[in-house]
Amino acid sequence: MTQVTKTDVLIVGAGPVGLFAVFELGLLDLKCHLIDILDRPGGQCAELYPEKPIYDIPALPVVSGQELVDRLMEQIRPFDPQFTFSRIVASLERLPDGGFRVTTDEGEAFEAKVVVIAAGGGSFQPKRPPIPGIEAYEGKSVFYAVRRMEAFRGEDLLIVGGGDSALDWTLNLQPVARRLTLVHRRPEFRAAPDSVNKMLALKEAGKIDFQVGQVKALTGENGMLKSATVKGPQDEVEIACTRLLPFFGLTMKLGPVAEWGINLNENLIPVDTEKFETSEPGIFAIGDINHYPGKLKLILSGFHEAALMAQAAKRIVHPNEKVVFQYTTSSTSLQKKLGVLD
Amino acid sequence: MTKLTFIAFDGATFEVEAENGSTVMENAIRNGVPGIEAECGGACACATCHVYVDEEWTDVVGQPEAMEEDMLDFAYEVQPNSRLSCQIRVREELDGLVVRVPERQA
Ligand SMILES: Cc1cc2nc3c(=O)[nH]c(=O)nc-3n(C[C@H](O)[C@H](O)[C@H](O)COP(=O)(O)OP(=O)(O)OC[C@H]3O[C@@H](n4cnc5c(N)ncnc54)[C@H](O)[C@@H]3O)c2cc1C
Ligand code: FES
Repeated sequence: MTQVTKTDVLIVGAGPVGLFAVFELGLLDLKCHLIDILDRPGGQCAELYPEKPIYDIPALPVVSGQELVDRLMEQIRPFDPQFTFSRIVASLERLPDGGFRVTTDEGEAFEAKVVVIAAGGGSFQPKRPPIPGIEAYEGKSVFYAVRRMEAFRGEDLLIVGGGDSALDWTLNLQPVARRLTLVHRRPEFRAAPDSVNKMLALKEAGKIDFQVGQVKALTGENGMLKSATVKGPQDEVEIACTRLLPFFGLTMKLGPVAEWGINLNENLIPVDTEKFETSEPGIFAIGDINHYPGKLKLILSGFHEAALMAQAAKRIVHPNEKVVFQYTTSSTSLQKKLGVLD
Repeated sequence: MTKLTFIAFDGATFEVEAENGSTVMENAIRNGVPGIEAECGGACACATCHVYVDEEWTDVVGQPEAMEEDMLDFAYEVQPNSRLSCQIRVREELDGLVVRVPERQA
């Protein structure tokens, strides 16, 4: 038997809207568990524009993407939300007793009375580099992530990219690989200067090769790579390799949400505007992933949706409790939950 | 007003009158130039507004800044004349500018 984690509300996606939902649900005594494919909270704000300014969060004239996420994390801390990162929610099914069972791609199982889909523009997944025929090698000799370093022992490795993932894996895999070549389109890197210096030191010591250029073609058989053609500033070079790790950043794909039996409309989940419930009772959708007449894909709108959704979720989880409307300013019981009452 | 010419990958030409201060990307979107996706709406965060600046114009248009160079790492078939069109502001000196749309955005 796999171990099952139980919670009141399971939230798919830890973007700004999923995070704020923890607050609204927490005020109503509902415990939350969030799952995200990213390795940290914040969704688009953290992944796509951590340093860019946002100007339309009420009462914050300007806040950067990452700062907004940090503030949300601080705001929800009193409710002790649980997080499972680096996992994609793979399946969602209804249990006979009315609750739901959610499982991740790694097989972890969760049971919740209510599911909130705050999946935004979809799950962040590695971008496939524009190399013709690369699909045939994926999963056999081309990988977009490293789950086990041992899998690369003794291989001729080609790592492509100039960001932190490319540089970190170059440093980590150099000792296990037979030979390692890093390819990047230019001699400057986005990665942290410290990693770049370490990589350059390895190159100076002759322990890795570095090639400026873009991978144009792959050669191999039955999904197993033999070599890659790299077009450099002057000419093309052929680099022998048995494994390729391209790190071209992330893109958002709807992913498994489409397979959960919920009505979809052009990759968005239609909801009502009273409870933001989907076609399946007990499953709510808030933030960028939902659609209703007049919908605006703004963080502000997602926050509002979270507040209304929480009221409906409360009635499902605690059907016999009366929900009293209260202000955080004046309600001592809310202040106790927030830990601000001494 | 400044005249811009977009050449789509299939060769179709779009001549547009652009307001100074707007971005080249905004003018492509407004005029439905195929192949410019601009998913992030011009925040230099997606690299799906990649264009090739006509060789005659590269000096006037100028080089990308560091943030744009970083983002260009994610574009397809990057050339020395590659730019992200959301980072090119239309100004008088660009009157007559020609940019080409690549085969695909990342
Ligand atoms: C460059 C840029 C600038 C922006 N500027 C503004 C602005 O100024 N003001 C504003 O209001 N909005 C702005 N936005 C929009 C704003 O970022 C979004 O509205 C907001 O991020 C939506 O939040 P969300 O929580 O609904 O979804 P997201 O932020 O998209 O988060 C969803 C999360 O769910 C995860 N996920 C999805 N499916 C799964 C699954 N099956 N399993 C596991 N995890 C999953 C994803 O990995 C992701 O982390 C901007 C967006 C961009 C790209
Ligand atoms: S529109 Fe996204 S980078 Fe230009």
